[in-house]
Amino acid sequence: MCFPAIAFFLIFSYMPMPGLYLAFIKYNYSDGIFGSAFAGLENFRFLVMTGDLWRLTFNTIAYNIAFILLGNMLQITVAVLLNEMRSKWFKKVSQTMMFLPYFVSAVLIGLIAYNILSYDYGILNSVLHSLGLDPVKAYSSPGAWPFIIVITYLWQSTGYGSIVYFAAIMGLDSEIVEASEIDGANAFQRIRYIVLPWLKPTFIILLLFSLGGILKGNFGLFFNLVGANNTALYASTDIIETYVFRSLMTNFNFSMGSAVSLYQSLFGFIVVLTANWLVRKVSPDNSLF
Amino acid sequence: MDETFVSARKKKDTSGLVVQWIGYLFIGLFALCCLLPFLLVLGTSFTSESAIKLSGFNFWPKEFSTFAYKIVFENPDLIIGSYIVTIVMTIVGTAIGLLLVAMTGYALQRPDFMYRNKISFFIYFTTLFSGGLVPFYLLITQYLHLKDNYLAVLLPGLLSPFLIIMMKSFVRSIPHAITESAKIDGAGDFTIFLRLILPMTTPALATIGLFIALGYWNEWYNSMLFLSPDMKYRTLQLFLYNVITSADFVRNSAAASNVQLRDVPLESMKMATAVVATGPVILFYPFVQRYFIKGITVGAVKG
Repeated sequence: MCFPAIAFFLIFSYMPMPGLYLAFIKYNYSDGIFGSAFAGLENFRFLVMTGDLWRLTFNTIAYNIAFILLGNMLQITVAVLLNEMRSKWFKKVSQTMMFLPYFVSAVLIGLIAYNILSYDYGILNSVLHSLGLDPVKAYSSPGAWPFIIVITYLWQSTGYGSIVYFAAIMGLDSEIVEASEIDGANAFQRIRYIVLPWLKPTFIILLLFSLGGILKGNFGLFFNLVGANNTALYASTDIIETYVFRSLMTNFNFSMGSAVSLYQSLFGFIVVLTANWLVRKVSPDNSLF
Repeated sequence: MDETFVSARKKKDTSGLVVQWIGYLFIGLFALCCLLPFLLVLGTSFTSESAIKLSGFNFWPKEFSTFAYKIVFENPDLIIGSYIVTIVMTIVGTAIGLLLVAMTGYALQRPDFMYRNKISFFIYFTTLFSGGLVPFYLLITQYLHLKDNYLAVLLPGLLSPFLIIMMKSFVRSIPHAITESAKIDGAGDFTIFLRLILPMTTPALATIGLFIALGYWNEWYNSMLFLSPDMKYRTLQLFLYNVITSADFVRNSAAASNVQLRDVPLESMKMATAVVATGPVILFYPFVQRYFIKGITVGAVKG
């Protein structure tokens, strides 16, 4: 019964792997992969020399760290607060509203950002105008984009992510909570000393999963928010995956794209192994493998 | 003694109330922020272009107009075609994908299956290491020859390690004794799977099926890579992407409906297309969300 799955992963995941050989050649469309000239580490040298590799690595990792840290903090906060709510109606309605952004496509998210940020018609500038402030040119100011992207990410993922934590809190033994109340713990103490420690294993597992993807971006988000060819913003918005996409679809530089992919895969692989090793040392029960 | 007890009780009560009020305020505001952008798109889609040009996008149309929708539906051919492609893709993809995920998850969870750990690792490894976009693109276009073929969008979305792992953790709750007793009664593996296991995992199937379906409905990436503009009907989200990013596209459809170029409601047309392309998902989602939450919850508790 596993056969279709084995065939699937063999074809779509394993067969492209030898294609990473592209990273070591000067790919030429007419000569094909095995006819093109061998270039050794030339592609990598070029990436380092132009500074591209450093910029991509920095952006990718910085965004991911912000996503992971702020994302988990917000998800835990929402889950803990939801658990304190007494009104069932409020819980239901607010969860439904927070879950909504998870259901729509990245394309629509890009349009929504445009709705808010557009220089001429965006609601942000309407508001600034009515307050007597100067309008902002979001689509040509690189400095604004780390905030825009992180906020959009949080907007989209918090409702979905908080459910996992909420579910974990549900598993908390109510007798422990009652005992703490008899001992005189107030709501803040209960959260601080019982609920949050209880969520630690869930947090570690999710952290490990996300560390594994620390060099994988969130292509749809970046691509649709920023647009395909907004060079003015590259300094703060270009991540590994947008670079690879461009080298494939815009620059047709297949070798450079593959070199970056190989770097991404190897780096990510090492990060997972290291993170897992660290977790196994600290608390063996929580490691992935 | 009594007094201190009472004051301690009082203190505890206020702290609980404070937390609740922080909660109502914080979650209320955040939930509102999640909803408002959608209303903004909806409002703008019903606003006349001149009102947009005068005072920008707005939640409530300053000048109500359905002109944008009229142009979108004037030549419904393209949008209906994209709808059909996406609907067929979603139904076929979800049905096949679900069956494959369930089969794999069940087989990998059967204790008497010898290679289950090796195959699990074979699948899990693909999340750790991959060939990347360029070799994948060459594989689809030059080796499998699927450029401009709907299969290039359908096939890669069928399975994912994440869903298989999810299925596995669901199946874990079914005692192996059931499989064994059915075997003794003379049932084959597929009979056991179809008649015993599948009915017992309906909640899991619902959740995973929803994940797959949502993936296909919102699909735009593979269609952008592999379905070129030579194809008349592409997926719904790619259709939306084209309307948003290319003014030409909007001008063409305006020309087709005999509208003067300067009267083209460029901005409100983008929003109207977005509403049309997103509509069904938003309508279904309050019903569907329940299953999602249930599914994620069970998965999270079981680990």
